[in-house]
Amino acid sequence: MQSSPQILKALENESIEILRETAAGFAKPVMLYSIGKDSSVLLHLARKAFYPAPIPFPLLHIDTTWKFKEMISFRDEIAAKYGLDLIVHTNQDGVKEGVTPFTRGISEYTRIMKTVGLRQALDKYGFDAAIGGSRRDEEKSRAKERIFSVREAGHRWNPREQRPELWRTYNTRLRPDQSMRVFPISDWTELDVWNYISLNEIPINPLYFAKERPVVWRGDQMLMVDDERFPLINGEVPENRLIRFRTLGCYPLTAAVESTATTISEVLEEVSEVKLSERATRLIDGDKEDSMEKKKTEGYF
Amino acid sequence: MATPKVKPVIRLLTCGSVDDGKSTLIGRLLVETDSIPHDTVATARSVRRGGSTIAAGEIDFSLLTDGLEAEREQGITIDVAYRSMTLLNGSRLIIADAPGHEQYTRNMAVAASRSDVALVLLDAARGVRPQTLRHLTICALMGVSRVAIVINKLDMFDYSKEKFAEISAQIAPAVARLNLNEHAIIPVSALVGDNVVFKGENMNWYTGPTLLEYIQNQDLAEDSMTSPHFGIQYISRVDTFRGLAGTLVNGKFNVGDEVVILPSKKRATISKMVTFDGELVTAGHEQTLNIVLEPEVDAARGDVLHLASNAKQPADRFTANIVWLGESDLIHSRSYILISGSTSTPAIVTTIKHKVNIESGEHDSARTLKMNEIGTIEIATDSPIALSNYSDSRETGNFILVDRATLNTVGAGMVVHALRRSENVTEQAYEIDAEKRAAQKGQVGKVLWFTGLSGSGKSTIANEVAKELYALGRHVYVLDGDNLRLGLNKDLGFAKEDRAENVRRVSEVAKLMMDAGLIVIVALVSPFRVDRDQARELFAKGKFIEVWVNTPAELCAQRDPKGLYKKAAAGDLPNMTGIGQEYEAPLSAEVKLDGTLELKVNTEIILEIAK
Repeated sequence: MQSSPQILKALENESIEILRETAAGFAKPVMLYSIGKDSSVLLHLARKAFYPAPIPFPLLHIDTTWKFKEMISFRDEIAAKYGLDLIVHTNQDGVKEGVTPFTRGISEYTRIMKTVGLRQALDKYGFDAAIGGSRRDEEKSRAKERIFSVREAGHRWNPREQRPELWRTYNTRLRPDQSMRVFPISDWTELDVWNYISLNEIPINPLYFAKERPVVWRGDQMLMVDDERFPLINGEVPENRLIRFRTLGCYPLTAAVESTATTISEVLEEVSEVKLSERATRLIDGDKEDSMEKKKTEGYF
Repeated sequence: MATPKVKPVIRLLTCGSVDDGKSTLIGRLLVETDSIPHDTVATARSVRRGGSTIAAGEIDFSLLTDGLEAEREQGITIDVAYRSMTLLNGSRLIIADAPGHEQYTRNMAVAASRSDVALVLLDAARGVRPQTLRHLTICALMGVSRVAIVINKLDMFDYSKEKFAEISAQIAPAVARLNLNEHAIIPVSALVGDNVVFKGENMNWYTGPTLLEYIQNQDLAEDSMTSPHFGIQYISRVDTFRGLAGTLVNGKFNVGDEVVILPSKKRATISKMVTFDGELVTAGHEQTLNIVLEPEVDAARGDVLHLASNAKQPADRFTANIVWLGESDLIHSRSYILISGSTSTPAIVTTIKHKVNIESGEHDSARTLKMNEIGTIEIATDSPIALSNYSDSRETGNFILVDRATLNTVGAGMVVHALRRSENVTEQAYEIDAEKRAAQKGQVGKVLWFTGLSGSGKSTIANEVAKELYALGRHVYVLDGDNLRLGLNKDLGFAKEDRAENVRRVSEVAKLMMDAGLIVIVALVSPFRVDRDQARELFAKGKFIEVWVNTPAELCAQRDPKGLYKKAAAGDLPNMTGIGQEYEAPLSAEVKLDGTLELKVNTEIILEIAK
């Protein structure tokens, strides 16, 4: 199913308005850049929103040290290409303690390396607003979140007491202990994102396209062995398969899908047919039914 | 609102009382249009919450939309959930599923504020309930274009046509008085599926549209497209480029158009309209762009551009409908932050005209509004602001109120009309002005505003000063509070809001008289600071002289020239200033008279200033 250019234009205008409101309404905003397709769209929208001026806020990547190698190289290429002010932050305490996806439970690893890492970076630089690429169609608790979502002390989300958000009149005011998360592409769907990437020829990570890559099976999920840190079981040998990724994250936590799609239009066709929620390929979300909400109340995006 | 047109994105609100089956209805709508990922549907087949009576393997549709942990635990909806689906005609439908509980009404208002179409659900077994009426009232108030009243659970009544007719009749009076834009009443069974996406076989007596058909109808009321409005969000600067970034709504701009910047009223011409995708010659509704003006006059975030040929007159007083969202009650005369688009200004609610009884539709008098209550207010802004009437434009006729202490959004306002300097009123500049008229009389026009307790001596001093001025050949008039209450203000009482209106009227009359060249003496208790400050704001600097007749309360009560203190002591005057109501002493009055002094002394002091 195509998202019509009219729909994409309407969504784009709304997102640009939100980005400008964020730049004007906060003392020190930052945009989370996670290297995935949603971040690529968000970056494109930010370039549009402030054109011909440069993006008036820095980008922040929380590097867990377990991202796909191709994500990091793509990130650095894009930053250089567009002259971005990119901050990379890693939770060094976590690294020192030896926290990896294999040594701790997935939830604990995610909490320490992603959530705590993010909180550290926001506090360190004193950002009062963090822009993210989450969409309401991703997950049930996201479907309930405001576009301008207030976080209380400790970056906590209180889903029962969300600030009313009416019309397109946004209240960007914060008390000293509060901060804001901003979601300019809340109303977009996964298909909108792909259609928009296609229409605007936005550069995206090569991991989204099918290629022979070394994989092993864990249960019914296929994981890519991206480097020598991946623990293989009893002399297991990774097999090369034609795969691609629907979402990008930490490579030991991101399942691949078998695919022959090597172009945007082929990816689009594939995504239109698949009737699985995209987060199904994320290992972190499956561990408990309400886990996303729980993580968000702790300060996760 | 006219000009129907196809919108690429339509917003649908679903609401109604709790347990009327909203979540099930939306779940079915999404599943039957194949809009939900299959693994999510699988979860809704396998997971059951406590007390669920849905058979194993069947879809618990409500699980598809209740997002929060607390909601699943309690089996209720707390906040709005948004879902997207694509309609057959290719338009996008964004569904806002609003909670049904009364305590979460404010979240329902959040969803209604942007919705084009609403489904208000009714449980056939329970009929019309207060929440049904509350939600219909909010839909009407917030200008939702099309409202479907959905009578659900007809499967429990053997799909009876009579049951449908009975409930339709129950809702008819409310529909008749609410002034909805467009409405339909549709019988459905969300559980079985009749008349949701498919017609089904069970209600062949019904010949109207299914819900999906009703939603897909594109005949939407739209904002008027003849008054382009561009709110400046942000100033884009790079090298020598200085663009005004914002979103154009409600009309078109062309390069070369002359625009006026509000509220400064400076004029300039649009020299360029810049976007990432290239420069535009014409920009339309909802277009985001950068505008470059020639000359590059001063303009800032919050200012608004209108066509010079069709500019709105900014106003600083409005009558507005409001839904109160705050945990604490609305406080009359407290300063809130008013935000509309990117514009913000301090504002004071000067009058609560009434609150709406949602069951009867009647207007009840009110001194405050509590959370989830709806009312009509008058509001005064510190600086003039270009707001439309909400009935002309939802985009430019709305505002929110923000509490200054908590910074929470506490009110959702919809402008009924501007109270002064409205767009139909253009100030006429006369060649014979106030100064000339005063000069003809050989004097300088001014207003001496006497404030103080009843019995403090205001009227006595005013009378004495007037006599002396008259003897000097001056043209003088005394506006006395009591005298005015016999005529102009005889409809007003002594409650806070009545006193505010009293002061407003008297200050306007004083201004007219001063304009006519007179020296005006006002003798009015005017106990509230905010009201007196508002009066002062009407006048140029130096023209409004606040005189505080400061007499100890005990002495006033002793004098009691009108017997009011006696009555108040007997409990007959609850709003007596100094007894039942506070007197807020001036903080910076130009003149402070000691009311215990001799009349002659005080008269001399005023005479020096007045003549």
